[in-house]
Amino acid sequence: MSARKPYVRPMAGWWRRDPFFVEYMVHEGTAFFVWLYALELLAGVLCLAQGKAAWDAYRAFVASVPLLILNAAIFAMMLYHGYTWFKIMPRTLPPMKVGGKRVAGATITALGLGGALVASVLLFGIVWMLTSGGAQ
Amino acid sequence: MSAAMAKVSVLRYRPEQDEVPVWQDYQVPYSDDMSVLTALNYIKDELDGTLSLRWSCRQAICGSCGMMIGGKPSLACKTFLRDYPEGIRVEALAHFPIERDLVVVMDGFMDKLQKVKPYIIPKEARSLDEGEYLQTPAEMDLYAQFAGCINCGLCYAACPQVGLNPDFIGPGAIALLHRYNLDSRDGGSAERMALINSEVGVFNCTAVGYCSEVCPKMVDPANAVNVGKMNSARDYFFRFMRPAGEKGECR
Amino acid sequence: MNQALKRSHEPIFWLLFGAGGMLAALIGAMLVLITAFAVPLGLLPADAFSYANMLAFAQNLFGKAFILAVVALFFWHAVHRIFHSLHDVGIHAGTGARVLCYGTALAGTLLTVWALWTIGF
Ligand code: SF4
Ligand code: FES
Repeated sequence: MSARKPYVRPMAGWWRRDPFFVEYMVHEGTAFFVWLYALELLAGVLCLAQGKAAWDAYRAFVASVPLLILNAAIFAMMLYHGYTWFKIMPRTLPPMKVGGKRVAGATITALGLGGALVASVLLFGIVWMLTSGGAQ
Repeated sequence: MSAAMAKVSVLRYRPEQDEVPVWQDYQVPYSDDMSVLTALNYIKDELDGTLSLRWSCRQAICGSCGMMIGGKPSLACKTFLRDYPEGIRVEALAHFPIERDLVVVMDGFMDKLQKVKPYIIPKEARSLDEGEYLQTPAEMDLYAQFAGCINCGLCYAACPQVGLNPDFIGPGAIALLHRYNLDSRDGGSAERMALINSEVGVFNCTAVGYCSEVCPKMVDPANAVNVGKMNSARDYFFRFMRPAGEKGECR
Repeated sequence: MNQALKRSHEPIFWLLFGAGGMLAALIGAMLVLITAFAVPLGLLPADAFSYANMLAFAQNLFGKAFILAVVALFFWHAVHRIFHSLHDVGIHAGTGARVLCYGTALAGTLLTVWALWTIGF
């Protein structure tokens, strides 16, 4: 008879085991805030489709204190999402070579963060031109 | 006793007497150059012969001394007491069943390694007198990193998805699969694709990335898995444009 | 052995997750800044998001495409991650959790399309 009796350790609470896992759960948690923001925008589009009264009510709602607090949290989580997204990117992309040399992970992350900065500034520029230039 | 002592706590599991694993503390004479493996062997030789562990090379190349040290997947021969002034906690590699003390059941891992067909499946068959399959340094460079794996299993202990779904092929085996796919002499990618695409394949990964952090050989298994996702997605959407009934197909 | 392997349909959801994640990483924070804080902070004129302005934006084809891309992809990105996080914390509710998660993304996408359609061109 075999005396073997392999012991399988439980997985419950595994994410508390290591700081690396805690960080992972936090950055996965940003998804909930992205979801909330999608919901907020969806509400806006639906109100816009209902006419002026609904839209104005929506804008007043977005300007209310609870929503400002919520949006501040969403803003912070979006930033954290962007940071962690580009931090893991070197691991998710196929290795790239420039001039025969492997592009370092830190370079890829820096390029991603730089790209986000450029895209964001560009987006703000476009919105600013559309609202300040065009409307007047 | 003038020599400084260090505390080593070991998670013991003796299937014939323990229902669940229990912690046991030992005191070992400390020196700056003492590895955890040396400390464990001191315990086994001088204090308690019942302690079980696996080891062989003592130089981070055989891959047999993987265990959780201070909660992190590590090679015992490559980890030193001096980095743990508070004392050290040693436990069998996470996400593997414990066979006894620090020895884990490797069967599932071995089975996965075999499943990825970790050998060259030649593109075209050659007879002996046609000579060897040649490869340039640049071609070798493509896969060399993934060929550095020593099958230590640390990446499995770092991967929560392996713990949550023991059927997941896992980082190390996928890195090995990737190594052969990237080899210019190999023609087996299509055969290995079914495994990558499957429900035990790459999409179990949620890009935690810890596997690549703990790997003692800088293999970067997370990269192999995530490049596998891209290949699998391409295969998923373009499979209908290929002739049906290809080798390794699963629809 | 291969017969036992079932192909995973994750590629569809993974690509949507990736696209939404990339979009959110690139402009997510700036979008929140623009839609929620730019006017109160005086960065944009008070009437930047007036009904007339927004209607014109949503009637424009590029505007429509942008709104749909942001709302839908943010939804798909978020639900995919949330679904996997549920698995991570030990809720393997299978079909139930899947429908609940991905259902909100599908509903969000369809409602956005419907609203943009109603707004007209
Ligand atoms: S990939 Fe690295 S951590 Fe994983 S088994 Fe191979 S050597 Fe060990
Ligand atoms: S004893 Fe061989 S890797 Fe540690």
